[in-house]
Amino acid sequence: MSGAGRTESRSGRIRTEPPIRTRALTKQYGDLNAVDGLDLEVRPGEIFGLLGANGAGKTTTILMLLGLTERTSGAVRVVGFDPARNPLEVKRRVGYLPDAVGFYDDMTGRENLRYTARLNGLKGQAAEEKIETVLDQVRLSDRADDRAGTYSRGMLQRLGIADALVKDPTVLILDEPTTAIDPIGVVEILEMLRGLVRDRGVTILLSSHLLTQVQSVCDRVGIFAAGKLVGIGTVPELATRFGEGDAHVEVAFEGVSDPATSDRVAGFLAAIPDVAEVRRATSLLAPWTLVVRPPDSAIRVREAVLAVSAREGLHLTSIRSVVASLDEIYTKAVRAAGLASGSHRPSGDRPAAGGRAVA
Amino acid sequence: MTEASAPVAEPASVPVLDRPIPPRGWVVIGRKEIGDHVSSARFVVLLIVLGLAAGIPLYLAAEQIRNLASQVSGAQAVFLAMWVIGAQDSSIFQLNVTIQSFVGLAAPLLGIAFAFDAVNGERSQGTLPRLISQPIYRDDIINGKFAGALAVISLVLVSVMIFIAGFGMIRLGIVPSLGEVIRLGLWVVVTIVYVGVWLALGLLLSVAVRRAATSALMGLGSWLLLVVFGKFIVNLFIAFFIRVPANGTAQEQLQVAQLQDFVTRLLPTTLYTEASIVLLNPRATSTGGTLGTLGQYDQAQQQIPSLLSLDQSLLLVWPHIVALVAIMAVLFAAAYIRFMRQEVRA
Repeated sequence: MSGAGRTESRSGRIRTEPPIRTRALTKQYGDLNAVDGLDLEVRPGEIFGLLGANGAGKTTTILMLLGLTERTSGAVRVVGFDPARNPLEVKRRVGYLPDAVGFYDDMTGRENLRYTARLNGLKGQAAEEKIETVLDQVRLSDRADDRAGTYSRGMLQRLGIADALVKDPTVLILDEPTTAIDPIGVVEILEMLRGLVRDRGVTILLSSHLLTQVQSVCDRVGIFAAGKLVGIGTVPELATRFGEGDAHVEVAFEGVSDPATSDRVAGFLAAIPDVAEVRRATSLLAPWTLVVRPPDSAIRVREAVLAVSAREGLHLTSIRSVVASLDEIYTKAVRAAGLASGSHRPSGDRPAAGGRAVA
Repeated sequence: MTEASAPVAEPASVPVLDRPIPPRGWVVIGRKEIGDHVSSARFVVLLIVLGLAAGIPLYLAAEQIRNLASQVSGAQAVFLAMWVIGAQDSSIFQLNVTIQSFVGLAAPLLGIAFAFDAVNGERSQGTLPRLISQPIYRDDIINGKFAGALAVISLVLVSVMIFIAGFGMIRLGIVPSLGEVIRLGLWVVVTIVYVGVWLALGLLLSVAVRRAATSALMGLGSWLLLVVFGKFIVNLFIAFFIRVPANGTAQEQLQVAQLQDFVTRLLPTTLYTEASIVLLNPRATSTGGTLGTLGQYDQAQQQIPSLLSLDQSLLLVWPHIVALVAIMAVLFAAAYIRFMRQEVRA
């Protein structure tokens, strides 16, 4: 049973359906294909990032997953239900943070959550305890009894996440959770999401157009452009696939202050096989970047750097492989998809995870 | 083979939820709406408007009743007279200053005021996507908003009417008969239905128009058009399209009058006013309109001043009530369909 299709696994192993799965999901607005033949699978307990520019079809996809917008064609299963047929079953189990979430201004944060709890059939003591727990989780307990109208954008966003958590969801769908939030707030929210996956085992699908911002928190990402998924996988996988055939290694040395030493170090590094380019540090403390070609050699290059440092008495302070930023990957993936005319998606073969990040 | 006979486990991703789907999402929404309305500025407006609508005519009616006390003692249906008698010389814009007519004028405004921002308000606050992603049906939102607003208005309406009745009994010493109480109750019910018509219109506007301010203006516009100038406009249009020659026969005049009557009766205002008058005035044996004068003429000829029994009055206004409910249902359905087809996104 090598080709374990769905039918075989049905009679054999325990059937674990992915929390979110779409097949050839399509949404047309008139002539425009907002979402075009989307095949997506989100695995249990992962954070999946749906990344793409504004208008790429992310929100439309999310609305179809929740049964809030009717699809034109294709199939969707969310937590085991078809959202078009069983929207209530889906909505009971899926917490949703809409883009630009709003609350009733003249009600307190707690009252807003209480309303959501009631709509989910939670009442009395059970509801109050649940509300207290989620408020604590998003660290809003001390402001919970202030009017929501007095909250900052970041607090509203956190309250929105609390609101999505009130129903004890299996899956969280977050539309642009980090937009319009200051950098510290972003870090807080992303850490919180990590914690939710760790502590409660929820599956998270989040969408964002700020690629680098969410790069760190996503287990896998799907790159979305013009309604199509042009790439899916971990960030290193995508970097290998859409990178221009090179990998980057960052190295930092202590005591490389004068030009002479700098030239000497540069000479050693350039001599290492497969190092295509040595980019010197722009400031004293910044690391150097080695461009490695082919990318598979990154590990060998790192070993060679260690060896050279030991032999020549260089004070190496750090060394690590860095993955191309998601912004670069995105640009390349979109360009690649644009060139691959006629086909729905670029070839689906997964490259072997080569330049895995050590970061 | 043991593998094949192993039971297929529940998909791990579908946990069994112990809590049931709240069976009536609209009740939760309705309750919140009531809470919102009662603490809102428009509730104060509701109290003032209904208070004035009752207070001023009541003062005038009380004056009248006191003046005529000697004559009316022993007359029937004096209690209900409080609702339909006003100052004879203080009619404004040909509108009798009576509780009934004031309530009839204010009810549509209240209906619109309580519903014009029901859905677009949620939209502009950004709460609609959140609300709609809860395990409720979409129509629960409309139903809940309707029920909440209607409950608040009804509550105040009933309170005010009870206050008037109390005033009549204590200050004027008029004790109502059972029939009068039932008539009054029926009138309140019809008034609530009438408010419901305008609430449904307000809801439709709140769904169809994105901006709350525009929706409010359109609501006010339809109030002016249908309530204040409705009859006037209908007559104007009919006179414009159907010219009756100055020397037309009585037959022709009558036909135009009948047409005017028919079209006027398509207006909810006319339906409500006619139903109110019949319910509150047992002497009314026909339902107003242009042809009502013929009825009165008829009655005058017969010279038998008689009171209609309750079931006779009901029989007379039953079509009016049904028509009001039908108009409400149509508006409600339009709001509902429009909302179901609408995209959640702004």
